[in-house]
Amino acid sequence: MTPDAIDARLTDIFREVFDDPALVLRPEMTARDVAGWDSGRMVEILMGTEEAFGITFTTREVDALARVGDLAETVARKLGRT
Amino acid sequence: MPDLDWLPDPGPWAERLAALRQAPSWDGFVALANTRLNAVRTNALARALDAAFPEPPQGLARPLVRLAVLGSSTVSHLLPAIRVAGLRRGLRIYLYEGPYGGYRQEILDPASGLHAFAPDDILLLFDAAHATAGFDVAQDAEQARRAEDAVRDDWRRLWRAARTGFGCGLIQQTLLPTPVPLAGSGEHRLPGSRAAAVARLNAALHDMAAGEGIDVLALDAAVQRHGLPAWHDSVWWWRAKQEVAPSAAPFYGDLVSRMLAARRGLSRKALVLDLDNTLWGGIVGDDGPAALVLGPGSAEGEAFAAFQAYTRDLSRRGIVLAVVSKNDEANALEAFERHPEMVLKRGDIAAFLANWDDKAENLRRVAAQLNLGLDALVFADDNPFERDRVRTALPEVAVPELPPDPSGYADRIAGAGYFEALSVTAEDRARGRHYAVRQEVAAQGGDLPAYLAGLDMRLSWRRFTAPDLPRIVQLVNKTNQFNLTTRRITEGEAQALLTDPDALALRFRLTDRLADNGIVGIVIGRRSGRDLVLDTWLMSCRVIGRGAEAAMRDAVVAAARDFGAAQLVGVYRPSPKNGMVRDLYPRLGFKEVEGEEAEERRFVLPLDGAEPQAVSIRIEAEA
Repeated sequence: MTPDAIDARLTDIFREVFDDPALVLRPEMTARDVAGWDSGRMVEILMGTEEAFGITFTTREVDALARVGDLAETVARKLGRT
Repeated sequence: MPDLDWLPDPGPWAERLAALRQAPSWDGFVALANTRLNAVRTNALARALDAAFPEPPQGLARPLVRLAVLGSSTVSHLLPAIRVAGLRRGLRIYLYEGPYGGYRQEILDPASGLHAFAPDDILLLFDAAHATAGFDVAQDAEQARRAEDAVRDDWRRLWRAARTGFGCGLIQQTLLPTPVPLAGSGEHRLPGSRAAAVARLNAALHDMAAGEGIDVLALDAAVQRHGLPAWHDSVWWWRAKQEVAPSAAPFYGDLVSRMLAARRGLSRKALVLDLDNTLWGGIVGDDGPAALVLGPGSAEGEAFAAFQAYTRDLSRRGIVLAVVSKNDEANALEAFERHPEMVLKRGDIAAFLANWDDKAENLRRVAAQLNLGLDALVFADDNPFERDRVRTALPEVAVPELPPDPSGYADRIAGAGYFEALSVTAEDRARGRHYAVRQEVAAQGGDLPAYLAGLDMRLSWRRFTAPDLPRIVQLVNKTNQFNLTTRRITEGEAQALLTDPDALALRFRLTDRLADNGIVGIVIGRRSGRDLVLDTWLMSCRVIGRGAEAAMRDAVVAAARDFGAAQLVGVYRPSPKNGMVRDLYPRLGFKEVEGEEAEERRFVLPLDGAEPQAVSIRIEAEA
């Protein structure tokens, strides 16, 4: 899957989680940049990502997630690309 | 992940949710909650509901539920799903979440938020690590036994404190088997093993529950069906102390909501079955009974027979069965009478509608014949078109998505939890027979009085006693139609009536030559000066139409005289379901008291000179 395709799917997930069809993701985005991004929404983002890509995050990966870019890179790595 | 697989796909989810946000309606939310939603969508629906209805809409047919969720670890991720699952059953659930891990203080401290919240129900979630903290693999058998006793004593103390403090319903979830085994198949021989302790504590919880008046949320049974990885994900546990995985929240919420609904008499009561390709393979009208796929000879035939056996077992535990099928009636009946492998018999079916009318119309007729609301029906049909048609025309009827293979029918219906029962009484198990009596009555419809006279009916009554309380509480909380005030009662309140000198609480049992119908009627009166105010009067709908209400009235008159009252005051409070008793009191000789209260009407009957009214029923006071 190309990085663009991963980004597109992550965008769909974030839009659904935040009920915002206009949300645009940037790699440097963090929880501070999006209204309502609390620990509950983080759970939803990770669940939605695991389901959409058929992957499961390890404890170490989850601990290391800080920015949207981290999430996209982790997904790409788990799908076998870097 | 455990999945709400009995619900239909929501279709264009984003569009439907957006439309609901634009023009919110309670029914619209209920409809969307009745689709197959994952955890993310469930949470989104809960948020949209809060935005649309910060206050509950007025005039809902079903009650508000104040539920407190207390746990030893994180519970917040489960709350939206509990609310959405309540919505699925038309229940508006108000939630209270205790401070993290602070369940003990919440229950014991009179100044806690829980006391201020005044819950109708409390749900206790203990994680396995917390519950087994007193166990250690180095313990000998005696030490491990003491550790187990300590947990049981601790739970019992908490339950008793909660019951005394709140008089509310109490639900405790079984422990998830998360501790890792240390010895394998010999685990139970290792006294201090936490894995073995979980199994023992769960068994103890089930054992203690009935005696302590609590209900058990059987996650252990769910884990057996779906597997532990579906319910528990150690990444989420270490990350956020979520014992139940967030992806399992929708199913968890449904398990909670079905128990809350069951306690309020809102479990479904009847299963309506299609015939062709639902109870047997093939089309009886085209193929003839001999060619049907049913019973030994093929795997599919065995599967259909097993599904029939499942429905028969449901009927034996109190679920009423009916048939709605597009068929000539003679063809449909021929299969029942002629096919040797039929597990279900015609006598198991309380309402049999085989014709070519619209199925939605036939379901209305079934509800009318059985004296049940449409919201008491489940309709099982293999045909997606018919399912969709009935869902659209009658949203109150539950219509499970059936898998293409009949071998999965029973599992799918069982998984949906439509018929949740917190206890099963002798009355439940005998219910099928009562409906058979009703059919006999209907068959002789021309001469009902003569039929009733020949039934040799006896109404026996006495004041509440402790052994009768489980059935009394069940009947009070599930009766909707013949119920003058729809007042519900907790076990604690019923218990208090046993010793209250100003309460006259009576229960009635109806016996006839065909059956002992068990406890079918309740009247609760309270002294107010020389009046006896009847704040509860209800009767099971399966004995409606036999004149038992007149006999109950005569018994109440006699009991009230002994109680020292001079006058009965009857109260009628209208509900969406109890229109059938609107005129009960005038029919029984009461006079309406003028009053402009919109919400209730009152009727009086002076005891002096009240003449008996019962016909064809003997009245007996039990010792």
